Amino acid sequence: MEDREKLNRLRWRCTRRAMLEMDLLLGEFLERVYPSLTPVQAEAFVDLADMEDLELWPLVNGARASSDPVQAEVLALLRNVRVK
Amino acid sequence: MNKLSIPVRKFDAVIVGAGGSGLRAAIQLSEGGLKTAVLSKVFPTRSHTVAAQGGVSASLGNSEEDHWHWHMYDTVKGSDWLGDQDAIEYMCRKAPEVVVELEHFGMPFDRTDEGKIYQRPFGGHMSNFGEKPVRRACAAADRTGHAMLHALYQRNVRANTQFFVEWMALDLIRDDSGQVLGVIALEMETGEVVAFHSKATVFATGGAGRIFYSSTNAFINTGDGLGMAARAGLPLEDMEFWQFHPTGVAGAGVLITEGVRGEGGILRNSTNERFMERYAPNAKDLASRDVVSRAMVTEINEGRGCGPNKDFVLLDITHLDPATIMKRLPGIREISIQFAGIDPIKAPIPVVPTCHYQMGGVPTNYKGQVVNEDGSPVPGFYAAGEVACASVHGANRLGTNSLLDLLVFGKSSGDSVIEDLRSGNIGLKDLPANFAERTLARLDRLNTQTGGANVNETRLELQRTMQKHCGVFRFKDMLAEGVARIVDIEKAVARTEIKDKSQVWNTARVEALELDNLIEVAKATMVSANARKESRGAHVRDDAPDTPANPNGRDDINWHKHTLWYREGSRLSYKPVIMKPLTVDTIALKTRSY
Repeated sequence: MEDREKLNRLRWRCTRRAMLEMDLLLGEFLERVYPSLTPVQAEAFVDLADMEDLELWPLVNGARASSDPVQAEVLALLRNVRVK
Repeated sequence: MNKLSIPVRKFDAVIVGAGGSGLRAAIQLSEGGLKTAVLSKVFPTRSHTVAAQGGVSASLGNSEEDHWHWHMYDTVKGSDWLGDQDAIEYMCRKAPEVVVELEHFGMPFDRTDEGKIYQRPFGGHMSNFGEKPVRRACAAADRTGHAMLHALYQRNVRANTQFFVEWMALDLIRDDSGQVLGVIALEMETGEVVAFHSKATVFATGGAGRIFYSSTNAFINTGDGLGMAARAGLPLEDMEFWQFHPTGVAGAGVLITEGVRGEGGILRNSTNERFMERYAPNAKDLASRDVVSRAMVTEINEGRGCGPNKDFVLLDITHLDPATIMKRLPGIREISIQFAGIDPIKAPIPVVPTCHYQMGGVPTNYKGQVVNEDGSPVPGFYAAGEVACASVHGANRLGTNSLLDLLVFGKSSGDSVIEDLRSGNIGLKDLPANFAERTLARLDRLNTQTGGANVNETRLELQRTMQKHCGVFRFKDMLAEGVARIVDIEKAVARTEIKDKSQVWNTARVEALELDNLIEVAKATMVSANARKESRGAHVRDDAPDTPANPNGRDDINWHKHTLWYREGSRLSYKPVIMKPLTVDTIALKTRSY
């Protein structure tokens, strides 16, 4: 798959989710933060985006912590996203 | 691609949408031995059913005495007497059965000490025909929708339902007799357009809450089933009725729970005035949802809104002790920081009334069959859930009846397919020669458009127009102007342009196709709302106020009827409300007051 195709697929999976909160956050993150991630962080983000919203939401809002250091880094970045 | 020969796949039944109603219908069909395909824009457990947290109602009577007839009364009253009483009786009688079935599918309901399904109170749930509150809502913590989807999905895996994930249905296939013969769909991964030729087609595509600028609905809710039905010449029923929540974060739509006002939150306008004191001197900020929403819109319309565009009001909790906020409202603080950029300990949260649920939809009967204006079924076509209008919600939905609707009518639509096949009412007919012509022309137009309109900008214009002209509180002149504006926006939608012309994972194309559906719903809503000159349930007009002759502005003599909107010429028609239940006496019209 080409990069454009991969990115579009990721965009779809970030912005067509079960909960509006996650559409907004992941969509914003993809546009503003994702391009500057390291390859390892980008991979961790793809894994996070594959999670279901009710698993991901507590990780994002800090109710639960991640034991994986790279995932925790990406979650910290995700948590700092401000949707205007 | 040869335009006359797109690939064709044959199934006994095709279901579009894999939320609660689609999955429930699929169980009925697959376990009934039918070769069943379910098409979904996303993986099933990512459907918007997940967002339903409150619960599902059923008169199980596990905690105290309850009866389906009392549930029926609450639902009719909630609907402001616009719900069809045959469908409402059917749903309320079936509720205990479908909830217990769901339990057997593995749904992890909260339980009482004796191991029964735990039931909790919910707004509008009463015993003995409105006498006192009753515990009727069954829940799985605050993850009821999520748990329900998982239970239904697992059952489908067991039943060998075939899922087509990340496919978007584009159009219904109908022959000259009006029979529905399947759908044409687009696979996102390949860009391939395929016909799903079937004996039965079930729409379970959910609602279209994204027609409004401020909406609690996830981005996926673009009314695809409504758009397809309208383009196929079928009417949309009661589309003027949308449930709003008073406090969504301005701009984002994310819900701020009523609990914030319960903890002492105060609504303020641009002059910092606690304006609810003028509208509801006793209840103030804790007045009912519709009273609060109307007050907020009046403040904004009269120029006392906040921000550069004066288009929101403020929900203030800065006077509360920060420790209280951290302890009682930590999730709300987080939401406010992330979606409004504001820490509510330091500054008030910008809020607006926000669209939440669609009461109208594709007209169906209580068997989940899509019906023509005269009540006759459209052969081969079924619908359930938010896309459908059975009509059980009428002019306003009772809390927890949305998840119940999914289960009852998902199941009944599946049963009707099986029954219609057995009785020979439907079968696999040949596809008409030109069945894909209009869909392919639409795709071709999109691929070749130059100098056209931008999809995102056009969608935003549509959403802002709906919010301003047809929001939670409606005004005669604004509605009339809104009809004209939406016609202009329709012209832009007809000439949207995408820069990306590729086949594989072309999300720009999919978003343009979603906009084709949103515009149909927007037109239906605006035109239907403009025409209905009364206030009823969620449709409230300032020129239909509360008077002794018409309490709450409701005008039963002229408007106790269902709206039907047809795409061709944006024509309106009306049909009577079914007041005769299946077995019990009619619940007669009276003023709705709580």
